[in-house]
Amino acid sequence: MPDRPGGARRVKTARAPRTGRTRETGTTARAGTTAQPARAGARLDVRKTYKLFIGGAFPRSESGRSYPATGPDGTVLAHVALASRKDARDAVVAARKAVAGWAGATAYNRGQVLYRVAELLQGRAAQFTEESVANERVSRAEAERQVAEAIDRWVWYAGWPDKIAQVTGAANPVAGPYFNFSVPEPTGVVAVIAPAAPGLLGLVSVLAPVIATGNTAVVVASEPAPLPAVTLAEVLATSDVPAGVVNVLTGRAAELAPVLAAHMDVNAIDLTGVAAGDRAELARLAAGNVKRVFAAADDWAAPPDPARMLAFLEIKTVWHPIGV
Amino acid sequence: MNADVVTGAAGVVAAGVTGGAVTGAGAAGTGVVGSDAALRQILHGLPGVDQVGAHERAASLATRSIKRGAKLWALEMAVRMVDLTTLEGADTPGKIRGLCAKARQPDPSDPSVPPVAAVCVYPDLVGLARGELAGSGVAVASVATAFPSGRASLAVKLADVADAVSAGADEVDMVIDRGAFLAGRYAQVYEEVRAVREACGPTHLKVILETGELATLDNTLRAAWLAMLAGADFIKTSTGKVTPAATPPVALVMLSAVRDFAEATGRRVGVKVAGGIRTAKDAIRYLVLVREIAGPQWLTPEAFRIGASSLLNDLLMQRSKQLTGAYAGPDYFTLD
Amino acid sequence: MASVTTTTAGADWEYAPAPESREIVTIRREYGLFTGGEFAAPVSGKHFTTLNPASEEPLASVAEAGQADVDRAVASARNAYERSWGRMPGRERAKYLYRIARAIQERAREFAVLESLDNGKPIKESRDVDVPLAAAHFFYHAGWADKLGYAGLGPDPRPLGVAGQVIPWNFPLLMAAWKLAPALATGNTCVLKPAETTPLTALLLAEVIQEAQLPPGTVNIITGDGSTGAGLVGHPGVDKIAFTGSTEVGKAIQAAVAGTGKRLTLELGGKAANVVFDDAALDQAVEGIVNGIFFNQGHVCCAGSRLLLAEPVADAVLDRLKRRLATLRLGDPLDKNTDIGAINSRQQLDKIAGLVAAGEAEGAQRWSPPCPLPAKGYWFPPTVFSGVSQSHRIAREEIFGPVLSVLTFRTPEEAVAKANNTPYGLSAGVWTEKGSRILWMAQRLRAGVVWANTYNRFDPASPFGGYRESGFGREGGRAGLAAYLDA
Repeated sequence: MPDRPGGARRVKTARAPRTGRTRETGTTARAGTTAQPARAGARLDVRKTYKLFIGGAFPRSESGRSYPATGPDGTVLAHVALASRKDARDAVVAARKAVAGWAGATAYNRGQVLYRVAELLQGRAAQFTEESVANERVSRAEAERQVAEAIDRWVWYAGWPDKIAQVTGAANPVAGPYFNFSVPEPTGVVAVIAPAAPGLLGLVSVLAPVIATGNTAVVVASEPAPLPAVTLAEVLATSDVPAGVVNVLTGRAAELAPVLAAHMDVNAIDLTGVAAGDRAELARLAAGNVKRVFAAADDWAAPPDPARMLAFLEIKTVWHPIGV
Repeated sequence: MNADVVTGAAGVVAAGVTGGAVTGAGAAGTGVVGSDAALRQILHGLPGVDQVGAHERAASLATRSIKRGAKLWALEMAVRMVDLTTLEGADTPGKIRGLCAKARQPDPSDPSVPPVAAVCVYPDLVGLARGELAGSGVAVASVATAFPSGRASLAVKLADVADAVSAGADEVDMVIDRGAFLAGRYAQVYEEVRAVREACGPTHLKVILETGELATLDNTLRAAWLAMLAGADFIKTSTGKVTPAATPPVALVMLSAVRDFAEATGRRVGVKVAGGIRTAKDAIRYLVLVREIAGPQWLTPEAFRIGASSLLNDLLMQRSKQLTGAYAGPDYFTLD
Repeated sequence: MASVTTTTAGADWEYAPAPESREIVTIRREYGLFTGGEFAAPVSGKHFTTLNPASEEPLASVAEAGQADVDRAVASARNAYERSWGRMPGRERAKYLYRIARAIQERAREFAVLESLDNGKPIKESRDVDVPLAAAHFFYHAGWADKLGYAGLGPDPRPLGVAGQVIPWNFPLLMAAWKLAPALATGNTCVLKPAETTPLTALLLAEVIQEAQLPPGTVNIITGDGSTGAGLVGHPGVDKIAFTGSTEVGKAIQAAVAGTGKRLTLELGGKAANVVFDDAALDQAVEGIVNGIFFNQGHVCCAGSRLLLAEPVADAVLDRLKRRLATLRLGDPLDKNTDIGAINSRQQLDKIAGLVAAGEAEGAQRWSPPCPLPAKGYWFPPTVFSGVSQSHRIAREEIFGPVLSVLTFRTPEEAVAKANNTPYGLSAGVWTEKGSRILWMAQRLRAGVVWANTYNRFDPASPFGGYRESGFGREGGRAGLAAYLDA
C-alpha cells in the first residue's frame, strides 16, 4: 500500500534563484510551492516530472509511490518516483538484456559513446548546477566546481575502454609451447548504490567506471539528492547509450539494496552509498550467487584511480599451442 | 590440394549429373560418394571460409555506388529476378489470384515494367496459379519436401514433390534435412536431394540450405557443394521462415561455390536469395555480389533469383524515382 | 525449366560514373606556413605547387620553408612547451585532443575529398580508412593524456620537449595523426613537415587545430621539400625526431642525429612476405593478397609485396588471384567505385616502371589484367610477377607500387627462411586455418607486425613498427607512448 512518506508537506515561499533571474526566464529545477498569487502577465514555469529510468524509458514506479525531494530548508522541489522491488526487478531484466550488445561493442565505440555523454553533460552544466544548489547543501560556487569535476571525470573514464585491456591484460610467458594471454572482460550486470552526496559527482564516480568496462548498471540514486540522477538519465537517454545499459532507480536504498544484493541475476554490487555499518548484511546476501562485492569511501574531490573498473572485470586466460 | 579436391569430387559425380550411374547412389554407406565418410572427406576438404574476411568483402562490395543508368538497369533486372512469394497458412485462392495478377503486371500504370520470374506458392495452390499465369511467361515455383521444416519421412517428402510436379509446377524449391546435415549424415542429405531430383524429372530444382540454421559459413559452403553434387539447378539460402535468412556474406559464399563448381564441372548452378530482402538497395547490393563474385554470367533470371514479396513495390518506387526524378509514395503502387 | 547446362550468359552491367563532389572542400590559391597559431608567408619567400596526380592539374601554391622558417617554427614550439602546453595538466590536454578528433569526424568528407585530390588514392579509401583512422588516433591518444602513470613507464613520465616530425606522402593525414596525437598527448609540442607532394590535408588539419584553440605554437606545420626536413632534423632546438619514409633517408637521419642526444624513431621501408599455406581459406586469402599489395596502389611500407605460396596451391591461388584482379577498377580517384587510384608522382611512377622493367629483364613473368589507363595523370596497372626468385631485384627492393612478386615454398621452415631473408622487417602475413601454425609462424617471423588471416589492418591501440632496416620504435598502443616520454 503506497504510503506518503515524510508526513505533511511543508509549504514555504520559494526563493528566487541567486543568479537574479526572474522565475519567468529561469530554467531551474525548482518546482517550489508558493503562496504568491500570480502577477498579472507573469509566466508560469512548466514543472518537470522526475521518474525512473529503465530500459531506455521513463516509467513511474509500478507501485505508484513517490517521495518529496527537498531543498536544504525543507522546501519541496518535486515528488520523485519511489522505486519498488518490482521496479528493481524490471531494471535488472533491462540491464541483463543490454549486456550482450554493450559488452560486445568495440572498446572504441564505448569510448565514443561515453565521450558523447560528456558533451551533453557539458551542455546541461547550468541545469545540473541549479539542481544541486536547490537540492543539496552546497554553495553555487561549490556546485559549479562539482559539476565541472563530474564532466571531467566522465571524460577521464571515456578514455579508458580502449586502454584497460592494455593495462590489465597480458601475454603470459608460460613454460611450454603455448601462447597464453589474459584479457579483462566485463562481469555483467552491476548494481550500484550511489553515495548520498555529492549528487552528480558521486553518481558519475560510481557509474562511469561500471559502464566504461562494458558492464550494465542498475543504480540506486542518492535518496536525498535524486534530481541530478534523473537529469543524468535524461542525458543518457538522449545520447547514444543503448537502452538498458544504465537504469536509474530513485528511492530508498534501505528498501532497494537488499533486493539487489540478493538478486540471483546481478553479477556484482557496489555498496559505496550504504553506511559502513549496514554493509555486512548486504554482503552476506550477496554471497547467495557469489556476487563480486565492492565498497569504498572515496574522497570524491580526489583524482580517481582504476580500482572501480578493475572491481567489475573478470580476467579470462586463453591457451593455444604453438606448433607447425 | 583443395583445388584438386574440388575438381576430384566434382569429377566423381559428374557421371551422376549427366545421367550415368553413380556408385552407391540410393544406398547410403555404399560406394564412393554414397557414404558419410566419403562425403565428409570431400566436403571437409574444401577450403575453409574465414568469417571475418567474408564479412569484410561483402561489406566492401556494399559500398559500390550504383547510379543513374546502372541503377535503372539493376532495378529492372531485379524485378525480372523476383520469385514473388506467398507461403502462409492463411493463403486462399483469392490471395493467389492477386499475387498472380501482380506477378504478370507489377505496375499496371506502366506496362513497360517486365513481369517477375516466377511466383512461389505451396503445392496445393500450384494448379490455380498455373491457370492464372497461363501465357504470361511467369513460372510457377512450388515449395515441397515438408517445407519449411523438412521434418518428415522421405516418402512423405517425395509425395509432396509428386503433388507439385503433377499440378504443373515449373520449379520445385525443396528443403534439405538440416538435422541430418548438422548431425553429419551427409549421405542421407545427398540421397534425399538425388531422390527429389529424380522425382522432379524436367522440373527445375532449387535446393534450400536454410543457412540461418546451418550457422557457419563453412557449413553453408559444404551444404552448397552437397546440393550441387546431388544435382541441384539452384541453391537457395532460406525458407524465409527463420531468422537470419539471406545475408550478404552467405550469398558471397554461395556465389563463390557456384563459380567454382562451374569451373570444375562446366555446369552453371544458379543462386536464389530469399528472406528479409525488403528494399531495392538490398537487392542492388546482391546484384553487385553476383557480378563481382560469380561473374556477369549469373546476371540473368536463369541463374539468379530473389525470393520476396514486399521488395517488388520498393523496386517499382525506386524505378519511378529514377525515371521521374521525384521520390515516389507507396499509395501509387498496387498491393496484390 | 530444365537444368541449365547451357551458358546463357547474363548481360554485363557497367557501373555508371559515381563521382564524389569536389565542392565540399575549399582549396586556397596559396598557403602560408602554420606557426605560432597563425598562417603566415614564409620568410624564404618561396612557394611550390602541389598537383593532383590523377590529372596533373595544379591544386595550390604551398610555402617552401627555408632555414629561417624552420627556426621560427622551432622557437614557437619551444615557447609553447615552456609556457603553455608543457605546463598544462593532462586532463586539459586530453580535451583539446578530443576536440581535434571530433572536428575531423565532423569534417570527414572534406578531408577525404582533399586527400584523394592531393594524393591520388581512391575516395573509398580516404573516406573509409584514412580519415576515420586519423580521427581514431586522436581519440585514442586523447585518453592517454591524463593516464600516463598507468602506461607502465613509471608513475609520472615526463615529455621530451619539442618534437620534429617528418612524414611521407602515402597516408598524409593519417601519418600526421600518428605523429601529432601521441606527441601532444604526452605533453610535447610539435613541428610537423608534411611530404612535398601532399601538403593539403595537413594544412586543413592546421585549420582544425586553430579552431580547437590549442595554445599557439603547440603544433606548427611547415611545408617544404627534403631540405626543409633536413633543416628540421638538424635543428639543435629539437629534442626528438620522428621520421617515416624511405630507409635510405632514414639512415641519413640516423647518421645526422648520432651523438646529438636527440631521441629518434624511424619507420622505414619494407618488403613484406605474405605467406599462403595449402590449408588457407582460399577466397579470403586472395582478398588478403589483393588488399596487401593493391590497397593504396601499393604505396604502403608494410605492403605484402612478396607473395609466398605453398607449392601445392600455387596455381590455384594464382588463377583465383588473376580472376579477382580483373574486377579491380582503376580510374578517377573521386569516383566512389574506383579501387585503384593514381600513382602519387611522376618520380614514383618512373621508379616503379624501372623496377618492373628490371623484373622482366631478370626473367620473371609479368601479368596484368586488361586495364585501360587514363590519358593524363600518373597510372600503373596492377601487376603480378610469377616465377620470381629471391635474387631478383623485384624480390629484394621495395617497389612501393601495385606490383606483386610471387615465389613458392615447400615447408613452413622454408617459408620462414624466405620471409626473413631480407634486411627489412616491418610486416608479414600468414594464411592458414591452423591456429598453432599461425602462432608458430608469428613467433619466427622477424617482423614488427604479423597479420594472420588478414592484412593491412591498423588501429590506434595496436603498436606498429619494424625490425632492422624497417626502422625502430613503435607507433600506437601503450608501446607507442614511450617514444615521446623521458622514461
